[in-house]
Amino acid sequence: MTTPATALASEIAPVVTRKRDPIKHKGAIIGFLAPFVVLFILFYAIPVLYALYQSFFKTQRQGTFGAATTVFGGFEQYQRVFSSSEFWTSIGRVLVLFIVQVPIMLGLALVFALLLDSTVVKGKKFFRLAIFAPYAVPGVIAAIMWGFLYVPSLSPFSITQDVDFLGSGLVLWAIANVITWVFCGYNMLIIFSALQAIPLEIYEAARTDGAGQFRIAWSIKIPIVLPAIILTFVFSIIGTLQLFNEPQVFRTITSSVSSTYTPNMVVYSTSIVPNYNLSAAYSVVLALSTFVLSFIFLKVTQKRAFA
Amino acid sequence: MSGPTTTVPTGTDTGGPNRPSSTGPRENKLSVLLATGGLVVAALYFLIPIWWLVVASSKSQATLVTTGGLWFASPFQLFSNVSDLFAFRDSLYLRWLANSVGYALLGAGFGTLFAVMAGYALAKYFFRGREVVFNLILGGVLVPATALALPLFLMFSQVGLVNTYWAVFLPSLVSPFGVYLARIYAAASVPEPLLEAARLDGASEFRAFFVIALRLMKPALVTIFLFQFVVIWNNFFLPLVMLSDQRLFPITLGLYTWNSSINQAPELRLFVIVGSLVSILPLLIAFLGLQRFWQSGLSAGGVK
Repeated sequence: MTTPATALASEIAPVVTRKRDPIKHKGAIIGFLAPFVVLFILFYAIPVLYALYQSFFKTQRQGTFGAATTVFGGFEQYQRVFSSSEFWTSIGRVLVLFIVQVPIMLGLALVFALLLDSTVVKGKKFFRLAIFAPYAVPGVIAAIMWGFLYVPSLSPFSITQDVDFLGSGLVLWAIANVITWVFCGYNMLIIFSALQAIPLEIYEAARTDGAGQFRIAWSIKIPIVLPAIILTFVFSIIGTLQLFNEPQVFRTITSSVSSTYTPNMVVYSTSIVPNYNLSAAYSVVLALSTFVLSFIFLKVTQKRAFA
Repeated sequence: MSGPTTTVPTGTDTGGPNRPSSTGPRENKLSVLLATGGLVVAALYFLIPIWWLVVASSKSQATLVTTGGLWFASPFQLFSNVSDLFAFRDSLYLRWLANSVGYALLGAGFGTLFAVMAGYALAKYFFRGREVVFNLILGGVLVPATALALPLFLMFSQVGLVNTYWAVFLPSLVSPFGVYLARIYAAASVPEPLLEAARLDGASEFRAFFVIALRLMKPALVTIFLFQFVVIWNNFFLPLVMLSDQRLFPITLGLYTWNSSINQAPELRLFVIVGSLVSILPLLIAFLGLQRFWQSGLSAGGVK
């Protein structure tokens, strides 16, 4: 097996001869990989497989008060998942949220990143940190804080006197605002870092051709950082489908958020019934949906990006 | 590649007399005004809630409701509020703070080391099945944390780990995204000749890693550590599922339970507000203090 490593080695020290092992540095490879891989298997792979296994069982009772026994149920739990209107309503809800909130958040993140990368404004460092600061606030804390800002008794914003942000009509968008507030800066930073990595010479030609900042941004910068934008989109797909913390907090301050408001809340409320088998089936379907959506998105954008 | 840090493009190179006019002061006043105005509005949106939190934390139960939210009222009692919070219910809050720091420091510390070792091995050694291993780990990024928490609860309850520190600590050691970032960074920033030279000098593979590679990968280490720290610090679902003993709670779960009982115990409201402020300070400080490192580490992930 010739590798760059061995090629380089022979360049540096051509005299050295080596025993040709099928795998070089076997001990080191195992030593480096083992800690992570063992933990990954224990706390990622096995739980996933265990959830899968659980989802094919069901609990049976002999009569109303009989002892419960767990028996193989085939796809019974999955039939329940697919006929559960609560679950699909919650999926629909996060999809609506995704379609509206994610483009707004990432659009803003892109605009901020471009502005901070351009030569237009002063005080870039301050703005960058200001926009990123909310990322230091945990989602639960952000939701608690905005919860206070949404209710008239504490809010410094007089609009809360007239508009009920936590009513059933607006609460989804109140949640969307919290997510945007926390994560916009994080996404901005990912895109901004990609922008900063573009070599400056690339712009020179465009400038001598008389291209302005807008033209440079649109025709050069955005296409180059597209992979970073796609990355932020995939993270957002995962994050939105798994939404839990913010609505769970809002549930304690408003009745507009039900216990089955998002798919993960369905999983959680099913598990505290407790019905672990059904809950496992829900999380398997949710994980697969996340996977499929991310995959479709990557495929579609890859075609676009390379067309 | 000497590292992913690049020079910051500045507007100062605008004035050479020989340069075409398009590189001169090409921004008209209007676009400067619009861009700056937009950023000012954005900064206000992102900072006002944090400002409100600071102001509200300095008030009393009474002035919290009776005075405007965006400016201080007398008496200014931020510090006595904080010490009240720390003393409340046998210093329960301090306990949560210590728990969060412990979960996050140890989890992110060991987690980063393991992720960097794995990423380094996947970047620098060639073996059959390498890409399979890498893709499986990368697939882990897509697995919802909540899909893991419930089966973990059932597994841990069989071995008696539920409602212990281990239940929250152990799963947080695994950072698939950290492996991804470490692999990219190791491939870009640890030159092969340097490792070969170390080998010729008789250094073992482990020595080469700990003495040479780790130093070169410092920005990646800081980035992975910080972001893993944030993930663990923000962790809510796993502790919610695993823990019932309040003394084991991290700060997120603790404040959540207080916030949920404000209706029954209104005095908790001020503690929740002050506690929220105190809980975001460590991360704000860490991000500000270490930004030189994590920003260059981040751009490594962006370049690919």
